[in-house]
Amino acid sequence: MKFGGIWRKAGAWMAAAGMLASGVASANPQPWQLNLTAGVTDTSHKVYAMHMAAFWVCVGIGIVVFGAMIVAMVRFRKSKGAVAEKWSHSTKLELLWTVIPVLILIGLAWPATKTLIYMASTGSADMTVKITGYQWKWRYDYVDYQGKPVNRVGFISKLDAQSDRIRQLGSGLDPWSAKDADGYNDYLLNVDHPLVLPAGVKVRFVVTADDVIHAWWVPQLGWKQDAIPGIINDQWTKIDEPGIYRGQCAELCGQDHGFMPIVVKVVPKAEFEQWLAAQEAAGATEQAARTAQANVPARAGQG
Amino acid sequence: MATHAATHDHHDEKPEGFLDRWLFTTNHKDIGTLYLVFAFIMVCIGGAMSGVIRAELMKPGMQLVQPYFFNEMTTMHALVMIFGAIMPAFVGLANWMVPLMIGAPDMALPRMNNWSFWILPFAFALLLSTLFMAGGAPAGGWTMYPPLVLQGGNAIAFMIFAIHLMGISSIMGAINIIATILNMRAPGMDLLKMPLFVWTWLITAFLLIAVMPVLAGAVTMLLTDKYFGTSFFNAAGGGDPVMYQHIFWFFGHPEVYIMILPAFGIVSEIIPTFARKPLFGYRAMVYATACIAFLSFIVWAHHMFTVGMPLGGELFFMYATMLIAIPTGVKVFNWVTTMWRGSLTFETPMRWAIAFVILFTIGGFSGVMLAIVPADFQYQDTYFVVAHFHYVLVTGALFSIIAAIYYWWPKWTGRMYNEKWAKFHFWWSMVFVNVLFFPQHFLGLAGMPRRIPDYNVAFADFNFISSIGAFGMLLTPIMFFFILWHSKKYGAKADARSWEGAKGLEWTVPSPAPHHTFSTPPVIDDSALAHGDVTH
Ligand SMILES: [Cu+2]
Repeated sequence: MKFGGIWRKAGAWMAAAGMLASGVASANPQPWQLNLTAGVTDTSHKVYAMHMAAFWVCVGIGIVVFGAMIVAMVRFRKSKGAVAEKWSHSTKLELLWTVIPVLILIGLAWPATKTLIYMASTGSADMTVKITGYQWKWRYDYVDYQGKPVNRVGFISKLDAQSDRIRQLGSGLDPWSAKDADGYNDYLLNVDHPLVLPAGVKVRFVVTADDVIHAWWVPQLGWKQDAIPGIINDQWTKIDEPGIYRGQCAELCGQDHGFMPIVVKVVPKAEFEQWLAAQEAAGATEQAARTAQANVPARAGQG
Repeated sequence: MATHAATHDHHDEKPEGFLDRWLFTTNHKDIGTLYLVFAFIMVCIGGAMSGVIRAELMKPGMQLVQPYFFNEMTTMHALVMIFGAIMPAFVGLANWMVPLMIGAPDMALPRMNNWSFWILPFAFALLLSTLFMAGGAPAGGWTMYPPLVLQGGNAIAFMIFAIHLMGISSIMGAINIIATILNMRAPGMDLLKMPLFVWTWLITAFLLIAVMPVLAGAVTMLLTDKYFGTSFFNAAGGGDPVMYQHIFWFFGHPEVYIMILPAFGIVSEIIPTFARKPLFGYRAMVYATACIAFLSFIVWAHHMFTVGMPLGGELFFMYATMLIAIPTGVKVFNWVTTMWRGSLTFETPMRWAIAFVILFTIGGFSGVMLAIVPADFQYQDTYFVVAHFHYVLVTGALFSIIAAIYYWWPKWTGRMYNEKWAKFHFWWSMVFVNVLFFPQHFLGLAGMPRRIPDYNVAFADFNFISSIGAFGMLLTPIMFFFILWHSKKYGAKADARSWEGAKGLEWTVPSPAPHHTFSTPPVIDDSALAHGDVTH
């Protein structure tokens, strides 16, 4: 959407406002989007609820504080003959506005703690994927699926060629022209090989990096996780709805930090199993060919 | 900005000659002026860099600079603004005002004072020179996280040396302020009678002494990792990149309060003046400041919730961070209550102070949201954070500095500024600063990471608006300079007590303040203090 078309913009604003009110979010960033996405996982819904709770608490306090300031600025003007009073202390008041915020904060900390404990439970996953950050691409290795090790399925995922052409300095190409099959503009949010995951399966991620620190972030999943060389972090997700979920590297990682997107493609379980089997077979064939050619023993798995 | 005082008092003993007056000065007022002039130049340089950033981000697609240069700009913009503009400006205000507010003839250590300042131009010459070096300026972010920062060229060594110099300057400045406040108060100026600006600076100075050496340690370890083969932060050598972040933010979080506590002090001076009513809850304000300073040491890891800390660590830092809202809330409530049933006028310093209270509070709100760890997993490293800290540092720290300059300008120069132009400057800034930073909340929530030079078209509209705001803000230093220059040259003469409701010792000396003040200690009249009855 370009500049021009006031009505289009007004429509978008209304849509965005509707989204803010109803809490329904679309899967990808939208023009004029005002609010956080509610996402597509239980985790992201809980995170969204925490976000909104904190937001409304701030709005409430803001109304009281700014309201009082506005009333003071209107009523107690010298030009209206206001005479300053002399008092400068009130133990009661000061106690009141220490205790009430404490209670409000406890009210926020309680659900936040519960959410955090929920998010930390990476156990009993049906599948493990290893995510490795590189300058400036991601590598995904499928470690195990339903208790069985996955045989040599892993690939590099990097910015798609179209975005890469457009984003060159002075390319003269129009970022608005990058559209995927659904007509969604995927400029800088598309990759050559998306991470494929099954719907309805709890996936555990182990996240690390090879060179510098990156951060793996898909807003629809409700979290981001730093990918740090020498350290393995873990996270989990369970996405029920098949779809395409986009994100980006969130930790400054050098010149192309802005150009290492993440795409998660969630497919029905059966379809995923087919895909995984095909990948394993392809991996095995490739490996066999390579072994024959180079006549050296195959290296231990890439996982 | 002013480079020399407008009127010459008979008893003035200003040194003749430019070098004697400025290079060799040991006078707290002249050194204060030097700090403020330096900060103004740095604001212009840092602002120009933000101009490059916002120009590139105005539209999707890369139009102006290479991504690497963009990273140089974000890195240098932060370093220049934090260490070159905000901190020196507050030190300049402390130099000018602390002796005047406590009835001291000068700073306790005047020669060291000179050195503290004159280190800074060299530090920044070193830092800025890296822009012209082969390989470019540091581009790993002002937080200098390894391993990324170590990929940079030899600019890193220059940056580290510059940071050491700034650190020495800050530590000496802090020692000087503490020595002055603890030893040089006029008889009767008890600690709990001191103006809040003095109190906040006393506490800030302790923070500086505590954490600048920590930063020095962290960057020195970076230096040895890069040049001497150590592996403090190098995973391949058994080091830990996350350890750097812990050390850095152990400095970095108190640093945030170093940049905001003096602002609290300034606003606590200005609001009572223009409300013509004593500051509400003086002691609570002092204790809240101390409380914030203490808490600032135990919340550092909230800058790194996503590095993968254990659950217990996440919870501890979340609770501690949320606690900060309590003393900060006390401050905001006390400012509002100070205005309540006052007799308000809205001269320019008061406008900036009120804008500070409102906009800083908005920055505080996003701060509370960021403290909620599960939500922070979404906000971390997005434009939501960028919006948050610019509300705190621009409409917070910078606005308070501008408020302070308008407030004390008549005392410094003996001239009033043009109220009409100053109000225009205020409203212009008020509009454009919000056009600049408010949409960044939306961008962050919608999913735009920070420190990226290009973005999906979904983020185009608010980025465009934000850039318009930035270009509006870039005009404000020019306006400010012109208003101050005009005042210096043609402004109406100011009274000793330049504002009707102004209280405190600084208003008992003539305007402009003579080169030497309080050579004999003043007699303290409790009822003339800004916070009135201090027995409560
Ligand atoms: Cu990255």
